Amino acid sequence: MRKVKTSQIKDKVKELFLKANFYINSDLMQQLEKALKEENSPLGKHVLQMIIENNKIASREEVPICQDTGLAVVFVEVGQEVHLVDGDFAEAINQGVKEAYKEGYLRKSVVDDPVFERKNTKTNTPAIIYTNIVPGDKIKLLAMPKGFGGENMSTIAMLKPTDGKKGIIDFVVETVKKAGPNPCPPTIIGVGVGGTADKAMVIAKKAIIRKIGQSNKNSKYAALEKEILTKINNLGIGPAGLGGNISSLAVHIDYLPTHIAGIPVAVNVCCHAARHAEGLL
Amino acid sequence: MKEVIKITTPLNEKKIIQLKAGDLVKITGYIYAARDAAHKKFFELIKRNKKLPIDLKGKIIFYAGPTPAKPGYSCGSVGPTTSYRMDPYTPSLLEKGLKGMIGKGFRSKEVIDSIKKNKAVYFVAVGGAAALIAKSVKKSEVIAYEDLGAEAIYRFYVEDFPAIVVVDSAGNNLYETEPPKYRK
Repeated sequence: MRKVKTSQIKDKVKELFLKANFYINSDLMQQLEKALKEENSPLGKHVLQMIIENNKIASREEVPICQDTGLAVVFVEVGQEVHLVDGDFAEAINQGVKEAYKEGYLRKSVVDDPVFERKNTKTNTPAIIYTNIVPGDKIKLLAMPKGFGGENMSTIAMLKPTDGKKGIIDFVVETVKKAGPNPCPPTIIGVGVGGTADKAMVIAKKAIIRKIGQSNKNSKYAALEKEILTKINNLGIGPAGLGGNISSLAVHIDYLPTHIAGIPVAVNVCCHAARHAEGLL
Repeated sequence: MKEVIKITTPLNEKKIIQLKAGDLVKITGYIYAARDAAHKKFFELIKRNKKLPIDLKGKIIFYAGPTPAKPGYSCGSVGPTTSYRMDPYTPSLLEKGLKGMIGKGFRSKEVIDSIKKNKAVYFVAVGGAAALIAKSVKKSEVIAYEDLGAEAIYRFYVEDFPAIVVVDSAGNNLYETEPPKYRK
């Protein structure tokens, strides 16, 4: 057994949320530069230039890329050889989030009760935490501040097995079309296929942060990603939704075995920032 | 690219009718940041015939909630939030003299009709360009609903705030006219 203090988790979570909010990952920056070259619309190019310039300012000055510093989503893989000591695991994560959002001058965007009180918790907690137990003696942490411009455009459908590939394509493309300018295009589209309704959305969310443009390992799914991306870009939405041939930067699909009676399809929409940071303990 | 048009606040009808969908503008003057919760409060005050915390005549509302300002900064990162959530409240605000809105994303038919009727304008700022946009905010202060935290009403003094005219006072809508040109 390897002992890990929960205070180490807290410190790492804090570090990762600060990093994710200030620094755009290099794969995404490269994809934005590529989009700038490929975009045909003058207004679309102008928008992409602003986005690129924005990301440079954010990292240079260590200020948030976006004012919506997101709901704090944390994916944790805990090695089964790890023994967590000196405190509560979830509390440590929330404390890390709290400290990052306070000390990093990040916006606190969480309300306690979703319907009635809607009172700001003023700490940006609680975080959304997904924990998996895996082999080994390490802890892998993934911090994903998720803005709600994209999250609000996310959808789920329980398709019939006969809907197949075409059903999936139509549903994803329709979701992006309806969202139009709202989720800050060019977007990154995470798609989760299979599992259950809930699991499909979780893998859709996690698919967003795959290295941009890296295809699914299964060639059939890789071809599906490509086909959907082409169809999305043919919608003409463009950067900021003001017209253009670059509407999404990537479509990432992940899949899981599912029930004989269905195909759950979840679409998790993300803005052009797709903020995330990973760390190991 | 088109030449950038410089405008100053407050807005008046004469200035507004010259702005056309697709124009790039730089705004200088006072603008007011207000989002979901503040709009709900405004709407309720209007319904009850009560005075609003700001006089809306000629004003521009920016749908935004900034991050807290870092020491040495006049404002934190601040970009537009998605506008459709303000749609149910917007026509009442336009009736009270609001002339400009800065946000991002689709507006409802009711809002666009009201923009035409009241000779107003809907600007779009680039979503997710908050660190860049913040450079144009020279002064920032909370003027109402401080208890709402990120949703309080801020008054910003902006210089050359970059925006795009998306729905003009004649109801022309760039979101409807531009994407079809690139559709395949």
